[in-house]
Amino acid sequence: MKLRYFPGCTLKNKARELDLYARKSAEALGITLEEIENWQCCGGVFTTARDEIATKLSSVRALKNAASDSLPLVTVCSACHNVIKQTNFAMQTDIEFADKVNRYLAPEAPYSGECEVYHYLEMLRDLVGFDKISASVKSSLSGKKIAAYYGCLLLRPGSVMKMDDVENPTIMEDLIRSLGGEPVIFAKRNECCGGYVMAESPELAKKSSTAVCENAKAQGADMIITACPLCRYNLIKNGSDIPVVYFTELLAEALGVKEDTDEQ
Amino acid sequence: MNSKNLQDELLRRSGVNPKKCMRCGKCSATCPAYDEMEFHPHQFVYMVETGDIKPLLSSESLYRCLTCFACVDRCPRGVEPAKLVEAVRLSAIRAQGNNRITPDDIPAILDEDIPQQAIVSAFRKYTK
Repeated sequence: MKLRYFPGCTLKNKARELDLYARKSAEALGITLEEIENWQCCGGVFTTARDEIATKLSSVRALKNAASDSLPLVTVCSACHNVIKQTNFAMQTDIEFADKVNRYLAPEAPYSGECEVYHYLEMLRDLVGFDKISASVKSSLSGKKIAAYYGCLLLRPGSVMKMDDVENPTIMEDLIRSLGGEPVIFAKRNECCGGYVMAESPELAKKSSTAVCENAKAQGADMIITACPLCRYNLIKNGSDIPVVYFTELLAEALGVKEDTDEQ
Repeated sequence: MNSKNLQDELLRRSGVNPKKCMRCGKCSATCPAYDEMEFHPHQFVYMVETGDIKPLLSSESLYRCLTCFACVDRCPRGVEPAKLVEAVRLSAIRAQGNNRITPDDIPAILDEDIPQQAIVSAFRKYTK
């Protein structure tokens, strides 16, 4: 199966392993992620203002590019996913906004949100299936206690993201189970890490990230997984001493392709 | 811009209808930045509704909102306070010379591990 792929700025730099493990694991599951040509940074956060047009054009270009081949667009980074999916929703539902975007970009055919956007986790659940993943495991996580940290961007706003139940998500826990690990549920799993406000108020990021890590540890977790480079950074820098890794690393490890990737 | 025009613009830009608010305060109760805010999400809703917008425009609270959408998803009336905070912030930073951070501020924020996403996001939210 071939899908279009939007890696995003951070996955080409500081979060290179999030990208490499994602590609290698997808290959092992029979999926080729074909990177969109000349993609541009999504901007990191979605601007909810309806009169912000220019800041959403890079997402529209990526969506149009994938839609032109009628292939779903896959993202891995929580932030890219949130921005691209919210922009796509705005193109579908806000006629005035979509009209301005289309007049500016002047495409041959106007774009109105036709592309299907999948987060990598949704790709695993809906296009591969956790049963198949479970059957492809080469090296089981053998009961390791893992806390899945969703943060804010993966799930919210729920009416747009539609990934999972906003308050009681299961998608990452189901993945952990399919890899042989034991998911640890903790209250702070869908609360914000402090995000970009670390640039403005490091104390707020410290408080939020510490609360997340302490809560996961108190529930008996050995490790936290995340899909977001900024969450990972905040939890490691501002949180406490519990390992925080990308979910794709855990997947690559269980599928037996982690060492191949590390050699690259 | 007079207060009525500014109010109209904020409502149009955000798409929020503050009249739907039933003053339960759940948005502020769930806000992770509550302790650091002078005006809280429910106050943004009320103050925009009543046209008391000037204090919001110069408030530090504008730069504490994490855009985590907790208030958006947990509001029982679908008011979406975060969109109003964003609309007011844009009115503040779109004015000449009102960028909250500049490229000169970056070196102080940088460390070896900081993801590009952090800087990009901060610029998207704090500058025009």
